[in-house]
Amino acid sequence: MTETKNPTKGSNWSYAPSPESSDHFKLKDQYGLFIGGKFVPAASGKRFSTINPATEKVLAHVADAGEKDVDKAVRAARTAYEKVWRKMSGRERGKYLYRIARIIQERSRELAVVESMDGGKPIRESRDLDVPLATAHFFYHAGWADKLPYAFPGKAVRPIGVAGQIIPWNFPLLMVAWKVAPALACGNTVVLKPAETTPLTALLFAEICQEAGLPDGVFNCITGAGSTGAALVKHPGLNKVAFTGSTDVGKAIQKSLAGRTTKLTLELGGKAANIIFEDAAIDQAVEGIINGIFFNQGHVCCAGSRLLVQESVEKEVVAKLKARMAHLIVGDPLDKNTDIGAINSKAQCDRIQDYLKVGQEEGAELFQTNCPIPDKGYFIRPSFFTKVAQSHRIVQEEIFGPVLAIQSFRTLNEALEKANNTPYGLSGGVWTDKGAKIFKVTRGIRAGVIWANTFNKFDPASPFGGYKESGYGREGGRHGLRPYVELS
Amino acid sequence: MSRNGTSASNARLDVRKTYKMLIGGAFVRSESGRALDVEAPGGKWLGHVCRASRKDFRNSVVAARKAADGWAGTSAYLKGQILYRAAEMLEGRASGFRDVLQSIGLSLPAAKAEVSAAVDLLVYYAGWSDKYLQIFGSVNPVSSPHFNFSVTEPMGVVAYIAGEKRPLLDLVSGIAPIVVGGNAVIALSTGRSAVAAMELGEVLATSDIPHGVINLLCGLREELVGQMSSHMDVNALVVQGGDEKEHTASREACALNLKRFFPREANGRGDEDPYRILDTMEIKTTWHPIGG
Amino acid sequence: MSPSIVTSNKLNLQSHPVDEVGIRERVARLATRSIKKASKVEGLKLALSMVDLTTLEGADTPGKVRQLCTKAIHLHSGRKDLPMVAAVCVYPTMVRIARKTLEGTPIQVAAVATAFPSGMNPLAVKLEDTRYAVAEGAHEIDMVISRGDFLRGDYGRVADEIEQVKEACGKVHLKVILETGELGTLDRVRLASDIAMQSGADFIKTSTGKIQPAATPEVVLVMLLAISDFYRKTGKKIGMKPAGGIANAKAALNLLIMVREILGPAWLTPDLFRIGASKLPNDMLMQLEKERTGVYQGQDYFSND
Repeated sequence: MTETKNPTKGSNWSYAPSPESSDHFKLKDQYGLFIGGKFVPAASGKRFSTINPATEKVLAHVADAGEKDVDKAVRAARTAYEKVWRKMSGRERGKYLYRIARIIQERSRELAVVESMDGGKPIRESRDLDVPLATAHFFYHAGWADKLPYAFPGKAVRPIGVAGQIIPWNFPLLMVAWKVAPALACGNTVVLKPAETTPLTALLFAEICQEAGLPDGVFNCITGAGSTGAALVKHPGLNKVAFTGSTDVGKAIQKSLAGRTTKLTLELGGKAANIIFEDAAIDQAVEGIINGIFFNQGHVCCAGSRLLVQESVEKEVVAKLKARMAHLIVGDPLDKNTDIGAINSKAQCDRIQDYLKVGQEEGAELFQTNCPIPDKGYFIRPSFFTKVAQSHRIVQEEIFGPVLAIQSFRTLNEALEKANNTPYGLSGGVWTDKGAKIFKVTRGIRAGVIWANTFNKFDPASPFGGYKESGYGREGGRHGLRPYVELS
Repeated sequence: MSRNGTSASNARLDVRKTYKMLIGGAFVRSESGRALDVEAPGGKWLGHVCRASRKDFRNSVVAARKAADGWAGTSAYLKGQILYRAAEMLEGRASGFRDVLQSIGLSLPAAKAEVSAAVDLLVYYAGWSDKYLQIFGSVNPVSSPHFNFSVTEPMGVVAYIAGEKRPLLDLVSGIAPIVVGGNAVIALSTGRSAVAAMELGEVLATSDIPHGVINLLCGLREELVGQMSSHMDVNALVVQGGDEKEHTASREACALNLKRFFPREANGRGDEDPYRILDTMEIKTTWHPIGG
Repeated sequence: MSPSIVTSNKLNLQSHPVDEVGIRERVARLATRSIKKASKVEGLKLALSMVDLTTLEGADTPGKVRQLCTKAIHLHSGRKDLPMVAAVCVYPTMVRIARKTLEGTPIQVAAVATAFPSGMNPLAVKLEDTRYAVAEGAHEIDMVISRGDFLRGDYGRVADEIEQVKEACGKVHLKVILETGELGTLDRVRLASDIAMQSGADFIKTSTGKIQPAATPEVVLVMLLAISDFYRKTGKKIGMKPAGGIANAKAALNLLIMVREILGPAWLTPDLFRIGASKLPNDMLMQLEKERTGVYQGQDYFSND
């Protein structure tokens, strides 16, 4: 070929920062508790601040609910239940949920930006996943409100009453949707406690309930830390408790409810195995690993935190994984090009760093990309461990960060054994081009959600929940209604 | 609708509406150029509506067939959103519809009730879009090592004849369950109901419903029922009202291509019924081995 | 006709399956990359330098081709900072006039050959077509594979033809058009890519641009992954050219994003990546002008040819 003027050695073209604008709305300086349809300060007047984990700057102050406030909220929920909500037809209840869904759509960009600022997840995720899914959950459950008898053939269906709901910091708004939508659709009223580090979108959701004209007290939001949650669980006025969070806290809640008739559902931790067979669509499987453990900074209960790869393709998969990880951008959550945002809090960041040390001390080999990371805020580069043993802590324990443990297997049965060799049972992944193998593996994995040739897919119509110590009860789908009704 | 009478020299003359049919997303007159007079129960002349011809019906089937695959492939979530949008649009035009219904003889309370019921019915069926499969589909526990599952699938193109008792509701209650399942529909309204039907066309046209999924015709039942029963590219026929004689003739004509036939009561009992969705669905069962 | 046994024995066609849904998801995520300001300007200029400005009409005349070549040299006189396109792409009988008009510039002349676009002629005719274009002065040959043979499963014959065309090219560089729109599945696109690369292609190209669909992002991604695996196995860098259906500047930038993240910076050069298009440059010019002035542009201010 004849000479050209253009460079023959390639180009270092890359992406300039592309920050999402945050000037089209304004956060309040402080937010009260949302009780009985109004924002009120805590009885004690106590407040705490919530920060942006990418900048470590304070975003707002929120009220710290104490026992008096918990009691007030539960009473407000009870009054609303008895006087208004249980008397309302399903059809009209559903209309409120449709309104809420529509308003979330209208305020979607504001919610996405606040979610990223408060929690650290990339704007692309909150914009494209969290907020649309939250909307979808309200649309889906709105439609069930007047159709419940069809979900439970042969049974008379009634609501349970007042539900206390405690949610985590990894998908703050989405967890509000997962909890509140089915509860309200089935005729219950709610007292919700969002996570200490991510209260803001739950409070904006409370505003949305006001905008939708939701009757006072049907939804209540009390911000606070662990003690607020404990006070809520203890309250005798609850008919139901729903908790998503760590297995340890879940066990404590089950214990504390032991003498009562309060219904309980738990959605806890996991250590899912992502199994790649030699006959998988390998490039797409590698992307599935990335989706499974690196997006949302690995703060996902159903994360594919263990890779089980068939030995015949292990070298290729690891090489492709490294090459793919090299393009993951760790940085400012409000930059539209960021793939991996900030770790939610200093505490969590320290915990993950600790596991990185532990893994190496246990004898595993650590690989981390060497991408640039901001010098402020809590950031960790995507990492994986090879040369791991099944007994290693980094294989047995949930790290809840962008850290993958890689093991190999030779046969299908060995893969199943390894996958099931854990007290957890939330999710699993299987990658193979062979349909029959998919069904054999999904039959064999002891977990509540199995993704075949995909990973981390969620839909309001699809039930989600765990086996074993990953919790019990399901959220989403027809099965997800069961925890919120009384059948006779 | 329009007003009769002359106006004083300074009074403003209103611009009257022309009632057109909705075929393939476009508002058209009958290709036959014919029209029908519409009168209020007292005899007062209200205006003209189209008198649909067999060719209009034929063209509607073509439009429906063109739209059917795309609509069937649309996600359940999106279908629900679109039907909910139709409810929003209808709610927004509630006062206009109340006027229309009153002009063709309903009392104000009856008109109000009918419009509200129509909006609520759209919301009701919108809410079924992503749920009926969880009720009507199944995973079947066969005894061989196979994963076996049954899903519903829309039949394709469905023709519907609305009754005349409830001008708006007879139409909405027929169309909604047909389309939420993923079918495309050609609906015929007759008599005075045609006026409400054509107004509904305007609501649907602003609801993000893909062109051709809902086609609205108005005309004479006796002229078109034979065509609707015998057309070889229509998969099912749902009729409201009509006597034994008409039903028998329809069933015979439907036999030509094994069209599925569903009569509905003229009194409109049981509007909210997910089994109406199931009526115009097929069931498909798939087997796959479970093994290594 | 019996399959070409010898050649098909040499081929190593074992590759991993391609999951269509996974591909579509990856394409969608890559398209969310936000290219702004300096990186947008740099990207657009890079993309411009990769364009193969194309005219492949039965109605082409020397005058038409002369006009195209002039546009290639002078994309927009209002700016002095623009690169030239990489090449023009014409039918064999237009190569001579293209060479003459482009003399003194670094712009290459690529010729389609082998009974483009259908390829439905005997091999002898297709080779003669190739030799003629080379003799007329083409720097590059864009050939089409025999889709009929491919769909029949006669991969040996497909490979054999490519090898012989390569031989007829001599030193001239060969692009192999897979006509992905006719292949049916992404697995087949992968298979055709592997056959072409193993048979001597310097570049693999998506389409003739004469049918729809042409260069969808999905087939581009599959072909880039094939090139990546081939490089991993052999150390040889093969180039890629999407052609047809690249509607606007955003689509062009999305292609660059894909190349960068699948193959890496080394492939971001016209030596290894080309974009086959005819109307595309003007949209890129309008975007560049908008970046410079802050004002959205209109078609009237840019020459059509």
